[in-house]
Amino acid sequence: MPAPSHAAAPRTVRPATVTARGWGWRHAGRTTPAVHALDLDISPGERVLLLGPSGAGKSTLLHALAGVLGDADDDGEAGESDETGSLLVDGGPPRGQRGRAGLMQQDPETQVVLSRVGDDVAFGAENLAVPRDAIWPRVHEALADVGLSHLPLDHPTSALSGGQKQRLALAGILAMRPGLILLDEPTANLDPAGVLEVRDAVARCLDKTGATLVVVEHRVSVWKDLVDRIVVLQPGSGANPAVLLDGPPDRVLAEARTMLTAAGVWVPGYVPSTRGRAAEQAPGAGGLLLAAENLGVSRQRPRRMGLRKVPPVPVQEGIIAQVRAGQALAVTGPNGAGKSTFALTLAGLLEPVNGTVSATTDLSRGAGITPYQWKAEQLIERIGTVFQEPEHQFVTGKVLDELLFGPRHLGHGEDRVDELLERLRLTHLVDANPYTLSGGEKRRLSVATVLAASPQVLVLDEPTFGQDANTWAELASFLSELLDAGTAVVSVTHDAEFTAALGGTELKLAAAEAVAP
Amino acid sequence: MRQELNLRGNAALLAGANPLSKLAAVVLITVVLALSIDWVSASVALFFELLLFPLAGLTLALLWQRGWPLILAAAVGGWSTSILAPDSGRTLIDAGIWTMSEGSLETGVGFLLRGLAIALPAILLVSCTDPTDLADALAQKARLPHRFVLGTLAAMRLVGLMAEEWQTIGMARRARGVGSRGSVLQRLKATLGQSFGLLVQAIRRASRLAVTMEARGFGGGPRTWARESTYTLLDAWVLAGGLAMAGLAVTAAVTAGTWNMVWAGN
Repeated sequence: MPAPSHAAAPRTVRPATVTARGWGWRHAGRTTPAVHALDLDISPGERVLLLGPSGAGKSTLLHALAGVLGDADDDGEAGESDETGSLLVDGGPPRGQRGRAGLMQQDPETQVVLSRVGDDVAFGAENLAVPRDAIWPRVHEALADVGLSHLPLDHPTSALSGGQKQRLALAGILAMRPGLILLDEPTANLDPAGVLEVRDAVARCLDKTGATLVVVEHRVSVWKDLVDRIVVLQPGSGANPAVLLDGPPDRVLAEARTMLTAAGVWVPGYVPSTRGRAAEQAPGAGGLLLAAENLGVSRQRPRRMGLRKVPPVPVQEGIIAQVRAGQALAVTGPNGAGKSTFALTLAGLLEPVNGTVSATTDLSRGAGITPYQWKAEQLIERIGTVFQEPEHQFVTGKVLDELLFGPRHLGHGEDRVDELLERLRLTHLVDANPYTLSGGEKRRLSVATVLAASPQVLVLDEPTFGQDANTWAELASFLSELLDAGTAVVSVTHDAEFTAALGGTELKLAAAEAVAP
Repeated sequence: MRQELNLRGNAALLAGANPLSKLAAVVLITVVLALSIDWVSASVALFFELLLFPLAGLTLALLWQRGWPLILAAAVGGWSTSILAPDSGRTLIDAGIWTMSEGSLETGVGFLLRGLAIALPAILLVSCTDPTDLADALAQKARLPHRFVLGTLAAMRLVGLMAEEWQTIGMARRARGVGSRGSVLQRLKATLGQSFGLLVQAIRRASRLAVTMEARGFGGGPRTWARESTYTLLDAWVLAGGLAMAGLAVTAAVTAGTWNMVWAGN
């Protein structure tokens, strides 16, 4: 099917209007409302960036506008969710208007519905009962608009990068021809190249369709030039209205700069100040703890082909690296270069495909030379690893137990827990369930739990992904203290400012060659 | 696992048939073979199934790669049946309580062949059928509710993700000091904890996916289908082939006098 030329295509989209009058929403089982007394008018074709501290109800508002908040068949029982005031799209409740708004969320994996690219884009249009003959032209057009028209329609969606998955999700939204596009932190999980990919695709599509846009994002500089209005929300309660500030981007940023930086928003041109290293270390200083020699890494385990074991194809080979006490090592490189895989192998969690990871006697202290063969208890007091997703590492139901878990297993180090709680501002949360914490609190907890076992080497996988500026600065300062105290810190990161804040050496991994599955 | 579910590039003839007709043929053969433990019906069916390999784009190497646990299970089942089945005829091996006679060997071989003959059609079906096409056929042709069919299809994509997530959670927990090595009890405890972690992640992902689907207009209302599920002449051949294979297997066994209904006893 030839892609239709869309240069001359008429505007097929009628941009939507949003009207909120004293709108509020309380989630089921919560005592305080997520949004309280919201008054907001968005005219057709306007592009709005929503800012505000976590807990200001930004996501709740987007979900409500998308018509996916709560069940339509709520019967208003006690303990159910509670709505006040009115929130209208084109003068009607959003829930009854399927396809009028399209929503993109943060996690790329859950923005893809079907396993082939073309089918996934067609999904929304099918649900809106668009006739079959009209669906495929829409699919081709949407894929071209997001810059994915080079992919065959039966290309597997699992083979896409994070940025491509988000662009695919955008194509799926565009194929529904919505008048309102809602983006809920669409680039928080992406590397810098992916962020720009998605932002530019959104810009192109808005220019073409003229649809109304509401985007929630911490990184203001990415979206500032694309939007014509910034609305700052605050956690609503009592007499406080939900909207704190509302106006053109430059004016709002000037007026609210202090407030926004205090709330952890990444305001353009602002890098939070962090604690510097006590003294810049010369490369090679500090005792050698861990060395990788000609290391080949892969996440795949040896594959069983019948009774034969076939070693996996390494994503990266011939890596040479040294980890030294009191020194930072930043692992950088494009997506898919095997950075995380390398870090996990270095940390004794994955078996090397070839080459070696060896610990010096300063680190192994009698546990043997190969970290992968250490017992879990031996590992945690030598090498601590902080995963990208904090929830993966939670093993108990309470913050305090979480911190005590390592020391209890080791039989020592419980005295360090209070200091960590204090230092990472978790003291008021000791009885909370780890899963219920905010993103920044989860990150701080995951770092604290790993450090409770006092490892000599700390490995962090994308520690700053999706973090607000406050958590970012705290983390960088805390790690610089650890470095001064002699801990080795290995971080996998795309974040140049973070690398700069920690200093040390950089290991750049090149893009892996495309390997056929 | 995710790659194996992807059939891109399989240009074999049977990949073009409607999944429903293939499913019907597989069910037919499987039911007939399940009726009798004898080596004649099983080997006749097995013979034809092997002939079908090229038509489904399957090779023996691929079969061994994907189906080795089933093949091993069939072999072990056949071996233990030959040892444990009631003896008759000449005794071939006598090792105390374990004896193998001509009669029990025959039952054992029948068991082995039957296991393979029953497993192969399913492997053939999976190797030449895309799950999305199967869902299309189930919803459009078999008229199953689309909410259920498409929900299941989307969930299946998450299963592949969960397999990766399982590995990640295992590593993340080892980094917390939870050993997956040690005594049986310790390992069981570790696995339970890991399963709980996976369950939490699965629920999170599933609810986010549900929001994505709902935001794309998915629900109970009327919908159209971008891909039309159609029957062609090929499907008539698939059904006829299935019928013929089942019929030939029964006829051969009855003629040879080995037809042996499972519930009729010995």
